Amino acid sequence: MKYETDVVVLGGGGGGMAAAKAADKNGANVILIEREEENGGVLNQCIHNGFGIHYYRKDLTGPEFKETLQEELANTNIKILNSAFVLNVNKDKQLTFVNHKGIHEIKTKALVMATGARERHFNSLAVPGDRVAGIFTAGVAQKYINLQNLKPANSALIVGSGDIGLIMARRLHLEGIEVKGVVEILPYPGGLERNVQQCLRDYNIPLYLSHTVTRVEGNKRLSKVYVSQVDENRQVIPNTEKVFNVDALITSVGLIPLTDPVKFVETGPGFITSNTNQTSEDWIFAAGNCTVVFDLVDYVSREGEKAGKYAALYSQNQYFPEQKVKVKKGKNINILHPMYIDPNERTKLYLRVSKTFKRAEVTVEPLGIKMIEEEARPSEMIEISIKPFKDKNLKEIEVSARELG
Amino acid sequence: MIAVIGSGIVGSLIAREINKYIEDVFIFEARNGIGTGVTKGNSGIIHGGYDDTPGSLRSELCYKGNKLYDEISQELSVEVKRVGSHVVALNEDELKAIDELEERAIQNGVKEYEILDKVELLEMEPNLNKSALKSFYCPIAGVTEPWEVAMQATKSVEINGGKVLKNKKLVEVKKKDNKFELFFEDGSSYIADLVINVAGLYADEVAKLFGDEVPYIFPVKGEYYLLGKDIKYANAVIFPTPSKLTKGCLVVPTVDGGYLAGPTAHGVKSKQDLSTTQEGLLEVREKSLRLVPTLDFSRNVIKTFAGLRPETKEKDFHIDVGGGNVIHVSGIRSPGLTAAPAIAKYVVEYLIQEKLHINLQKRKNYIGQIEKVPHLVEKDYDYWERVIQEDPDAGEMICYCNKITKKEIKEAIKNGARTLDDVKFATRASFGECQGSFCIPKILKIISEETGLKPEEVLQNEKGSWIINSEVRAI
Ligand SMILES: Cc1cc2nc3c(=O)[nH]c(=O)nc-3n(C[C@H](O)[C@H](O)[C@H](O)COP(=O)(O)OP(=O)(O)OC[C@H]3O[C@@H](n4cnc5c(N)ncnc54)[C@H](O)[C@@H]3O)c2cc1C
Ligand SMILES: Cc1cc2nc3c(=O)[nH]c(=O)nc-3n(C[C@H](O)[C@H](O)[C@H](O)COP(=O)(O)OP(=O)(O)OC[C@H]3O[C@@H](n4cnc5c(N)ncnc54)[C@H](O)[C@@H]3O)c2cc1C
Repeated sequence: MKYETDVVVLGGGGGGMAAAKAADKNGANVILIEREEENGGVLNQCIHNGFGIHYYRKDLTGPEFKETLQEELANTNIKILNSAFVLNVNKDKQLTFVNHKGIHEIKTKALVMATGARERHFNSLAVPGDRVAGIFTAGVAQKYINLQNLKPANSALIVGSGDIGLIMARRLHLEGIEVKGVVEILPYPGGLERNVQQCLRDYNIPLYLSHTVTRVEGNKRLSKVYVSQVDENRQVIPNTEKVFNVDALITSVGLIPLTDPVKFVETGPGFITSNTNQTSEDWIFAAGNCTVVFDLVDYVSREGEKAGKYAALYSQNQYFPEQKVKVKKGKNINILHPMYIDPNERTKLYLRVSKTFKRAEVTVEPLGIKMIEEEARPSEMIEISIKPFKDKNLKEIEVSARELG
Repeated sequence: MIAVIGSGIVGSLIAREINKYIEDVFIFEARNGIGTGVTKGNSGIIHGGYDDTPGSLRSELCYKGNKLYDEISQELSVEVKRVGSHVVALNEDELKAIDELEERAIQNGVKEYEILDKVELLEMEPNLNKSALKSFYCPIAGVTEPWEVAMQATKSVEINGGKVLKNKKLVEVKKKDNKFELFFEDGSSYIADLVINVAGLYADEVAKLFGDEVPYIFPVKGEYYLLGKDIKYANAVIFPTPSKLTKGCLVVPTVDGGYLAGPTAHGVKSKQDLSTTQEGLLEVREKSLRLVPTLDFSRNVIKTFAGLRPETKEKDFHIDVGGGNVIHVSGIRSPGLTAAPAIAKYVVEYLIQEKLHINLQKRKNYIGQIEKVPHLVEKDYDYWERVIQEDPDAGEMICYCNKITKKEIKEAIKNGARTLDDVKFATRASFGECQGSFCIPKILKIISEETGLKPEEVLQNEKGSWIINSEVRAI
């Protein structure tokens, strides 16, 4: 088949669904392509609540959040293609995808990439030991338990105390898997305080901060995990070894933005975009975890809406930024999104600091924006709103953070 | 019946060679997968044959084996990429080694080499350590996926009337007239007219079952890093100058576009110890960075693993007839994978026919050409489209990193895959950057649906490597 449209949205997670909705609302013909049988992306497997508090002002589970978005898509002209895998995107604005009916082409005017992220795998951490079964990423364990009704363990240790690790600790515990602890290399938990309380303390699951896994052992299936304490430089402190007898290690050690199959735009490692979600290729927009990894789906969907809107305007020749101001990472900033600003438009700036602060002052100069953040940590995204500043004639703005004495 | 003990690259190619003459060949494999012994964990290099000790059996068979890979690649539909290799001298001291290699190459009759100066070398390998002075370049060196060769060779045996049996560990042998009665751990037994022992690390122990003594085998571990495809590090295989013991720690571009760094070489106690170690991995990083300083061990690592070399004091292959109609193919250390096709001919044409005086006639009904389930993403779209029209599964993507469809996975299962590793090594699904985070739960489900195994019965690889304990709750 050959298709022709104004906007293609690639990826049907929280980001892509919101993008499709907004592109449709802004008058574009839209095709949404998702490689899974169902839309929703990560939302499908997250059966806990905590989704939608900002976007829908309701506390929803992942599947409920998805269904709410799904309903919004139902009354539109958006063409949704599921079980469709995009193989190729070329510079002539052509996409090729495959599904069970064949190989198809789409000619489009604009594209929104909303391909999400993949989990960093334990294997890539090069932890010494035996090659054994029983080491799962949190996402795989979550799919087995929540989607396939399969129990992959009797007892487990969890590596990584981000929200995903914490939520999995509780999930496993509730399904009768003995969780012997959560190990975190940093001196503070990676996830939200409310999740530490509700997922660990409430169930007496120990949290080992400043600890790391040094060795895995087993005969075919995992039986032992060795854990040691680390110093400020993440170096193992001798004689602090603990051994956990578990048959599963569940790892949640980071997400990596997925930019496949678009190879020809600026990335680092996710798509680098402007505040209007435009990438270095002006017809390609990007939103959600394929740009930077967001804490909340609410941010992702908001970003998706923006990407969809500007992609739609672009496809109708109504959006051409005259100028892009570079956003520079200043002192103590680790993650920053977006990296460019069209000063005619409003901006939501998302950032992560690179270390912990008791009281941080985050500044955007020379715009004179100053914000105080109590207990700022790399694991919690900070959001800054910036008004249009087209009259200022700037080439570059800089974001930095410092401790307030 | 002719029995081949061991389904590694050497055993399976020997079985295939015999099968050209005799239909009744059995491969008995102790493990739950084909080619999952030494053949699974190594550098995968088809060596040039220039550096083996002149006069050794290794030197006789390595160069020949290298040449035979063109035919193997074509007949078994396996990929062999002749990417070439450089042995790189990084300082004045190491230049001597280049001269020595040249002398050896001449003695071994290897003509395909060039000595490259710094400029030529860095032009071919821009990521190399800039202090490189010279290289011994061998354009016929290449890379392959050894387990794939073993799997395709065993498939060839099955297609030509032989049998390939897994979970058959030979534990006892009784001599009966001119024949052997073979007893396996699972209680079964078979009578064989001729036995070829190709048991890799265990070939010395298997020889003992026949009352024969072959050089004692001890395991020498080699640890590796596998790095991803997204950064280009090297075009050819990069060796340091060799030490007395090994060819050193290398950087190898793999067949599917990634890179190996390694191996180490340290003796270990157990023939089952495939663990990686802190020290070993550190050594790999340090040594390989010396060759290619841009290797990114902080962000580009896919996994680490280790393999065991079946080493002997003699450091040479020991391939000979034992007491009776049995041939021991033992001490098959590096370059065993390169030599394997030549070992197969040596066993059949020399040992069986000449030394054992068994007269063999080529079969008329032998099928030489073995197809592989095509990797659809590598085919052109018209071809793929036609396949989808016949089978919609060909349009369902399961492994997103390496782009493997449901059809390819189902074919692998049809061809005997039962475990996650069987599927992984047969199709490369779950072999990519995400290491199966997206596809393993789906593959487990497909195996279960296609074979009738319960999810609890689907293994990672060997007995004991369970994935699923039970249902979360009964439905
Ligand atoms: C375990 C876990 C717990 C979380 N808990 C919370 C929480 O409590 N509250 C909260 O607000 N947020 C939570 N989040 C975060 C939030 O859910 C995610 O950030 C958000 O859903 C990501 O949306 P996305 O659209 O960017 O990516 P995804 O959901 O990953 O969607 C990307 C989609 O693109 C598709 N795709 C990718 N490549 C292709 C291709 N080539 N062809 C076709 N389709 C393709 C994928 O199949 C996928 O459906 C959690 C995340 C996880 C993983
Ligand atoms: C670290 C390392 C790097 C190497 N690099 C290279 C290289 O780059 N190039 C090269 O040419 N060579 C290389 N080699 C050497 C090469 O890998 C081996 O020579 C080759 O794989 C040996 O194959 P095999 O068939 O003899 O052994 P295996 O693959 O071990 O096969 C033997 C089989 O016999 C089975 N078996 C054992 N006992 C029994 C029993 N009692 N009953 C039934 N079955 C049994 C085993 O399970 C096994 O599957 C390397 C080796 C190592 C370890």
